[in-house]
Amino acid sequence: MRATSNKLVVTAHGDREIRIIRTFDAPRRLVFDAFTKPALVKRWLTGPDGWSLPVCEIDLKPGGTFRYVWKNTEGTEMGMGGTYREIDAPDRIVHDELFDEDWTGGQAEVTTLFVEDGGRTTVTTSVVYSSTEARDAVLKSPMESGIAIGYDRLEGILASEPVK
Amino acid sequence: MTPSERLDATFAALADPTRRAILSRLALGEASVLELAEPFAMSQPAVSKHLKVLERAGLVSRSRDAQRRPCRIEIVPLTEVTDWLAEYRKLWQANFARLDTLLEEMKADAASQASAMNPTDFTTKED
Repeated sequence: MRATSNKLVVTAHGDREIRIIRTFDAPRRLVFDAFTKPALVKRWLTGPDGWSLPVCEIDLKPGGTFRYVWKNTEGTEMGMGGTYREIDAPDRIVHDELFDEDWTGGQAEVTTLFVEDGGRTTVTTSVVYSSTEARDAVLKSPMESGIAIGYDRLEGILASEPVK
Repeated sequence: MTPSERLDATFAALADPTRRAILSRLALGEASVLELAEPFAMSQPAVSKHLKVLERAGLVSRSRDAQRRPCRIEIVPLTEVTDWLAEYRKLWQANFARLDTLLEEMKADAASQASAMNPTDFTTKED
């Protein structure tokens, strides 16, 4: 274990972009494989507890498509798919993606950069949503300052509000 | 509405700064349309329009009694949104923690392949 923590960083850029940055203690070639080979992707991109990724199809070439379907123990499924626009292995992938449920209000364009430094690899994922509203809905998690309504206040209300 | 449609309606309602401000005000307690219109320097019809969007999303309810018909904030859709958003971030933390574990395995495999004087590319393997 290294002294530096591999912290997940989520930031907003411009009106429609979210960047997710994370460093991994592995060379870029391995990290790139872990992001692009279905047998490996299935092992980590499984989502919350109780979910798995039974469908993971990747045709890694410009114009090639991918399809992910997550499933939970109750049988609920969530699907997402898209098309690769640029592949520059092991540096960069550009693809578009759309959830079957389309909660982001349209297709998002995703650029993933893999930068190696001293055997460690920093992965920067930039997701450009179709609108500011879609971006903000994703970003404003309780970990950030909240959805404009103060969360301290909201928590106070929740604590005092009897469940009906 | 399905849970997904309800989330859509909640997100759409929250995507407007005036509606968020109205919710912030209602978080302090019930208020009439007139009381809500005042701090926003908006006409009552303009505030009513925003309230209709909030009501459709289930974020605001209006009492039937009397002329004043005070508005109140409804917490359940908000908690659905915040729960869901917390899940989004947790999801990436969990995904990447698993990826850390996987990469350790891949590094060990790559090292043992190298020590076996087999400099071929790392190949994937099924569980």
